Amino acid sequence: MAAADAIVAEGLEKRYGPVRALAGVTFSVRAGEVFGLLGPNGAGKSTTVRVLTTLTRPDAGRAFVAGHDVVHEPNRVRRSIGYVPQESGVDREATGRENLLLQGRIQGVPGDELRRRVDELLDLVGIADAADRVVRGYSGGMKRRLDIALGLVHRPSVLFLDEPTTGLDPEARAAMWVEVERLAEQERLTILLTTHYLEEADRLAERVAIVSRGEIVVEGPPEALKRDLRGEAVTVELGDGQGAEAAGIVDALDGATETTVDGRLLRTRVPNGAQAVPAILSALEGSGVRVESVTTHRPSLDDVYLHYTGREFAAEDVAVDGKAAP
Amino acid sequence: MVGRQLRNLMREPIWIALLLIQPMIWLLLYGQLFSRVPSLRGGAGSYIEFLLPGIVVMNAFFGGTWAGMAMVTDLDRHVVDRFLATPASRLSIVLSQVVRSGLIAFIQAIVILVVGFALGVRVHGGVAGVVVLLVAAALVSMVFSGVSHGIALLVRREATMIAASNFVGLPLMFLSSILITQRVMPHWMQELARFNPVNWGVRAARDAVVYDRNWDGVGIDLLLLVAATAVTSAFATWTFRAYQRTL
Repeated sequence: MAAADAIVAEGLEKRYGPVRALAGVTFSVRAGEVFGLLGPNGAGKSTTVRVLTTLTRPDAGRAFVAGHDVVHEPNRVRRSIGYVPQESGVDREATGRENLLLQGRIQGVPGDELRRRVDELLDLVGIADAADRVVRGYSGGMKRRLDIALGLVHRPSVLFLDEPTTGLDPEARAAMWVEVERLAEQERLTILLTTHYLEEADRLAERVAIVSRGEIVVEGPPEALKRDLRGEAVTVELGDGQGAEAAGIVDALDGATETTVDGRLLRTRVPNGAQAVPAILSALEGSGVRVESVTTHRPSLDDVYLHYTGREFAAEDVAVDGKAAP
Repeated sequence: MVGRQLRNLMREPIWIALLLIQPMIWLLLYGQLFSRVPSLRGGAGSYIEFLLPGIVVMNAFFGGTWAGMAMVTDLDRHVVDRFLATPASRLSIVLSQVVRSGLIAFIQAIVILVVGFALGVRVHGGVAGVVVLLVAAALVSMVFSGVSHGIALLVRREATMIAASNFVGLPLMFLSSILITQRVMPHWMQELARFNPVNWGVRAARDAVVYDRNWDGVGIDLLLLVAATAVTSAFATWTFRAYQRTL
């Protein structure tokens, strides 16, 4: 373990009954880095965060946060980290200031210093005006800011942001991004954030790991991930029962790669959609395959995901929901 | 942690008002309703005098039964998870809620007592009687708060909580001498009432406040309540561990 690594996870495994939530998660985050865990709901992002924040123990594997073992030195880890849960973990019946003061006392910040720190944080996240109002009256964005401030009361060195912008409107989301960037700078924090928005990871994270079914399938700077996905995706809706035949035809075309068929939907990747579509159509129709529709689009999160896992992001979401409600 | 609980309570003026007014309504309503039936009051000076300790304990009982709802809300909003990621004692996260229930019941008991004085109720057991009443109220509330939190942590759903609270609430109330003296209850109900913590509280409070008698029995009842509080708090703590394991 390099001294400069703020978070190290080695082969983390976790099982909930028959569900394998983590199947050997390994990654490390350098001190001062903003790192993004990207994946659909149920992929294992939140479970990973719960292991690293000591809320749950891994079944196998080791993890160190700020140099402390999460299983054997949980209280040392807890003192070094700020944790901002997925949904607003604020006490809605208390004021913003009271929430912060309680959190500070739990973390053992002494009185005078705590009061100063709370004022500083209220300013930092921009809710000083609302500090003495009950949280119930806050907007979603304000609650999230307070959430983040709560995670920072005791000057942690590592901050965990579990889906910081889920449920926020686009405007509040953009404001939150600015906020997180500023925090990373001013507080010299290591930040691990989870998200299922590619653009969020792209904007905030210096490095990203894509999580799927409890494993990390790819890891690297967002630019590098996007570079791998140059080109456009083409989706063809076919007539019934011609998928296999169509896949063979399309894949044989010049420039088409990663052709997959899922029911009546055929997907492929081409360097240039506008040029490829007429060729695809004529090849398919020449072989008697009926085509219902064709669409092209630039790389999206779906494509990144598809590229690395061979599965569709949205489909995975549904599968997980189905499992959760038998 | 207890501070947080009480502060949140103070923030809800309507709830406080309800919390304080509701026992008055019971007191007046039942007081009027049953005062015409002399056999119910079991030798007390007036029915309202007989009723007062019962209302205090009933109130504590219902308060405790519903206390777990706050835990469901905290779980839903991930407040508990946030506390768990701090060095805060795992124990204090649950037990602070149980203690809160006891304190609320204690305060309510004082208020009900003051109103009782205004209505001409006399405390025959003196200061000791008052202390027993307040302590019994706090303990009964904590016993059922422990159960309620345990259930909250197991089911984690408000609807189930409401069903469970209603399921235990009324039967245990009628299986006690809250409203009527035990002697007029059917024999089998008297037998069942012996195992009802609500009834331990009522019996202790009433012996101490109304009759100034049977102080040994009062002591035993209070000890039983302390033991029951320990048991249900342990249950709540155990369910909290179970919850942690599901994380």
